[in-house]
Amino acid sequence: MPTYRPGPVSLALAGLVALFLLLPLLAVIPVSLTPSRMLAMPTGELSLRHYRALIEDPRWIDAILLSIRIGIVSSAISTVLALCFSLGVWMFQPRFTAALVGFVLLPMVVPPVVSAITLYFLLTSISGFSSFFGYDTWLGVAMAHSVMTVPFATVLILVSLSQLDRRIDLAARGLGASVWQRATRIIMPNIKFGIVTAALLSFVLSWEEIGVTLFITSVNAITLPRLMWMGLRDNIDPAIAALSVILIIITVLVLAVRSVMARQRGGH
Amino acid sequence: MRGTLSDRMGAALLMAPLLLFLVLAYAWPFLGVVKWSVTLPTPGLGQYGALATDPLVQSVFIRTLRIALIVTLVSVAAAYAITVVWVRGSPAQRVVAEFCILVPFWISVLTRAFGWVALLSNRGLINSWLQSIGFISEPLALVRNEFGVIVGMTHFLIPFAVFPLASAMRSLDDRVLLAARGLGSSRMRTFWSVFVPMTRSGIIGSALIVFVFSLGFFVTPAILGGGRSVMIAELIYLRIFQSPDWGLGAAISVVLVLFVGALMALLFRYVRPKQLV
Repeated sequence: MPTYRPGPVSLALAGLVALFLLLPLLAVIPVSLTPSRMLAMPTGELSLRHYRALIEDPRWIDAILLSIRIGIVSSAISTVLALCFSLGVWMFQPRFTAALVGFVLLPMVVPPVVSAITLYFLLTSISGFSSFFGYDTWLGVAMAHSVMTVPFATVLILVSLSQLDRRIDLAARGLGASVWQRATRIIMPNIKFGIVTAALLSFVLSWEEIGVTLFITSVNAITLPRLMWMGLRDNIDPAIAALSVILIIITVLVLAVRSVMARQRGGH
Repeated sequence: MRGTLSDRMGAALLMAPLLLFLVLAYAWPFLGVVKWSVTLPTPGLGQYGALATDPLVQSVFIRTLRIALIVTLVSVAAAYAITVVWVRGSPAQRVVAEFCILVPFWISVLTRAFGWVALLSNRGLINSWLQSIGFISEPLALVRNEFGVIVGMTHFLIPFAVFPLASAMRSLDDRVLLAARGLGSSRMRTFWSVFVPMTRSGIIGSALIVFVFSLGFFVTPAILGGGRSVMIAELIYLRIFQSPDWGLGAAISVVLVLFVGALMALLFRYVRPKQLV
């Protein structure tokens, strides 16, 4: 417990920053209720027509379903690959571990636009001999998203492994357990929280991925962020405001639930 | 522990799929991009020469550096202010600060950029309000220019700047601050001559992270700059998709990677990785 508390000046400055951080999130609420067809403040009456558009317009529904499908597939790929890799690192501590982990983390630290042009090169090359796996296909997007999310999944799983007591694995090993038994019966049950978190984070990152997706899709694989982007660039579509309000509410609810759960478990 | 044949086999079997996946889907195509940069449209280093002479590319590079510097200064200062309260405030203040940091952090970059469009555009909240109280007659140009880009990027990057600062402030020894106060130093003076210098590693880490992120920023500048304030990442996009000049786009990407790599090397030299989390 710190005994040195922020004074009134600190609090006032922090308040301004907090306002700055929340302002754009609050601003979308009135815009989403405008009866106008264009982006504008509602004058007088409010309307839910832009929320209705989200349910009635098949483009939004298709994009949401596609994003969910891509998110599940890419999250499964990146979680499985990250889990195997991390188990290898933790159980065998091979030489050059630092270099190998550094290599795996590259897509996370390289500027996203460079990853985007790299994956554009990959998928257009694949398009040369496969029409359902290359540029502008949902499988191609899922693979590209796996590349982008696998470093985050690896970090999370490695962190939860680093908190695991090595002695339980040594005990299993001493009692004659095989590598497969140690991995599936001893280690994985103990890091299941980390594995689930890695899968969820991978899904969320894929769900909102736009930088790479813009480079590797054009007209067929329209994910939800891609559709939002199209609506933001040309004529701004107020349906985006309605969608944004819904996404913000979901985020706030998830964070609130998480913080209540953390408080009940007594953690931070 | 290490070195038996079956151990090495096991490690190889477990680690191979991910390494193979990233070699095939990331390292190999990156070499392909490097190849583009020296073969398109004609073999040679012509595209790199163009980078050094083309006035448009130069102006984009300079604008990117200028925006990245401003965004870094503002984001780190703003993050510092809110992190002080998040780490050292009363329990209630901490909950509020954490909420204000984490909610924007988890919301997608598109939603946040859109929120700024709704606030700053000609018919947006700020302009309508200022006009309704008669403060201005014509809407102010707050978006589709560099100002909008800087505001949007600062908003995006503040939460990222918070985390290294928070870890530096958490590890700070309270007794030093109490000693300074006990010796008669004012609140202001304690803050500036004791608190801030002791969080220096956090400030450096946070500034480098924000700077590196802003160099490769794409979505926010493209939306809030409205095509008038193009940064490097958007220039790469335009060279690939609008005025196809893949060689130049690839060459800019290679230069960007090298520059960011050099900055990261600097980061790890001055700040130990553990201090970043």
